[in-house]
Amino acid sequence: MTAAASPPEVLRAPLVVEFPFTRSLGPVQSAFLTGLRERVVLGVRTTEGTVMVPPVEYDPVTAEEIRELVEVGATGTVTTWAWNGAPRPNQPLATPFAWVLVRLDGADTAILHALDAAGPEAVHTGMRVRIRWAEERTGAITDIACFEPHDGPEAAQATAHDGQFADAVTGIVAEARLDYTYSPGRSQTAYINALAEHRTVGERCPSCHKVYVPPRGACPTCGVATTDQVEVGPAGTVTTYCIVNIKAKNLDIEVPYVYAHIALDGADLALHGRIGGIPYDQVRMGLRVEPVWTEGGRHPDHYRPTGEPDADYDAYKELI
Amino acid sequence: MPATSRYARDVAVVAFAQSDHRRSSDELSEVEMVMPVLHQVLARTGLKAGEIGFTCSGSSDYLAGRAFSFTMTLDGVGAWPPISESHVEMDGAWALYEAWVKIQTGEADTALVYSYGKSSPGSVRDVLTRQLDPYYLAPLWPDSVALAALQAQALIDGGETDEGALAAVGARSRASAADNPHAQLRGAVPQGDYQVRPLRTGDCPPIGDGAAAVILAAGDTARRLCERPAWITGIDHRIEAHGLGLRDLTDSPSTRIAAEHAGVFERPVDTAELHAPFSSQEVVLRKALRLGEDVVVNPSGGALAANPVMAAGLIRIGEAAARIHRGASDRAVAHATSGPCLQQNLVAVLEGEPA
Ligand SMILES: [Zn+2]
Repeated sequence: MTAAASPPEVLRAPLVVEFPFTRSLGPVQSAFLTGLRERVVLGVRTTEGTVMVPPVEYDPVTAEEIRELVEVGATGTVTTWAWNGAPRPNQPLATPFAWVLVRLDGADTAILHALDAAGPEAVHTGMRVRIRWAEERTGAITDIACFEPHDGPEAAQATAHDGQFADAVTGIVAEARLDYTYSPGRSQTAYINALAEHRTVGERCPSCHKVYVPPRGACPTCGVATTDQVEVGPAGTVTTYCIVNIKAKNLDIEVPYVYAHIALDGADLALHGRIGGIPYDQVRMGLRVEPVWTEGGRHPDHYRPTGEPDADYDAYKELI
Repeated sequence: MPATSRYARDVAVVAFAQSDHRRSSDELSEVEMVMPVLHQVLARTGLKAGEIGFTCSGSSDYLAGRAFSFTMTLDGVGAWPPISESHVEMDGAWALYEAWVKIQTGEADTALVYSYGKSSPGSVRDVLTRQLDPYYLAPLWPDSVALAALQAQALIDGGETDEGALAAVGARSRASAADNPHAQLRGAVPQGDYQVRPLRTGDCPPIGDGAAAVILAAGDTARRLCERPAWITGIDHRIEAHGLGLRDLTDSPSTRIAAEHAGVFERPVDTAELHAPFSSQEVVLRKALRLGEDVVVNPSGGALAANPVMAAGLIRIGEAAARIHRGASDRAVAHATSGPCLQQNLVAVLEGEPA
């Protein structure tokens, strides 16, 4: 990144968000995407008689359900284009290409895809193109690898098609990955840095004087910035808890275990933590606990009993 | 009050504030970025957070890369004890619409509307592809500049503009922004190379972080809070068909219909704040809104000078209102958009009472 220089004390880290959404297809989209797998392009006839490619299930003008499938040509005409000199990750072609809207022969609407062409001089609105099929097709829009220039007049008419194929595709997995550089900002950076030194630092509201841990930079009651840093803990009191009986994926903790709200001494907000060093069925409200850091850990691994007598209910009831 | 009111209650924008929009603000969390703007807009009315009848915000988890990211910024409005609050995963202009409806129902007399976006943590061109149809478009990752470029080429092919005219839109916007201390790009900015041809760098919005906030108030409350309220005499929003290949990209019928319902064409406007992140989109919007050469378009510099995603539309309403507040405009149209190629459009008419 070429962002302006930040104060060195602000933390930053890569953050990757990946989401493979599983989506089911209705009858029209299923027929269209299965058709692509079989090198057949289907459209749908609207109430007014026009042919939409790619097809949708409801008429965009009348909102009526439309199901009358037709086959259109694999050749078409560019209706507009844009030259992409620097393809981005995941786009259809890795070499410079044109984005195009193509009205396939027999269709009245246009489909968006990539056009493999020598350069912007080789592309113009109205040019004739044809589909280049992907070698391996799975029933997805990417079964069209791209379009390529094509010499030939407009010929194909839309012809009736029953939309039936063997082994129809009924769903797609919409994969996505987005990369971020996450920065937690000033307030949480201070908190995280202190934790690495085995200290817990909250922030006090200048207006209501409550101490928030972890601090988020603002007092939710007063809506003003919290700026005074206050060291709290290390010990605290269990204000409430639950017993977890289901093992989370990729989490190396034996079930059952206890997850608790813990009010650190001097804090006006309870934070979350796992309770260890005590059988799960002996954890209770009012239990006094302290953080346990593992070697090299930047945050407490869990909290364990201190051995002190339990806190009075009145001492923590405001923080439940 | 304007005699032509078409709604149950008269509602005005009584205050507006915005951050300085910058390429990166990673020393600030979202709430740290938003909070000063909230304090400013409240200070302009003298209202305290607890006195606001309804709070509505706009933002996007996809920009933040985190689920329910907006809940963090709620700390900045003083959400305890509980307030009446809502959120839209859209530009703050749509949050303003929801707040306006809330006031129309009589459930509130005042509303705080805010929105924000930090584009700097991710790659906003790629992030915005995730708002596209997941079956036919998103798997191809057509980025926001590419889709705008298809629209620009359609306009050029249709004889409605050319690359020189587009460059002039960008240059005029940034020249206007010279007087706007919040804008990210101000004064002369090189037109640059093609990003996706026919759009060059100068035809595209800067990528940046920022926030904005507006306070709405009804009737006498508005008069009490503001010397010259910017009355919302019309507001409406419409959407185009989903598929880009179904649309005439050189026109924006949804903007025109929203404008008709908002009463834009009933009398002339003197100012237009248009949310046109790309120079080519100003061409489309001028036509849809039938703006003549006598109308001052984007005196703030518009989205070509600062485009904090999710806030840039609310800023258009705020900038139009602020011109009315200070007497620089009597009847302004404000426009906000969302989605690719002007897919969704909100139009508001703002009017000041005669002096
Ligand atoms: Zn406070």
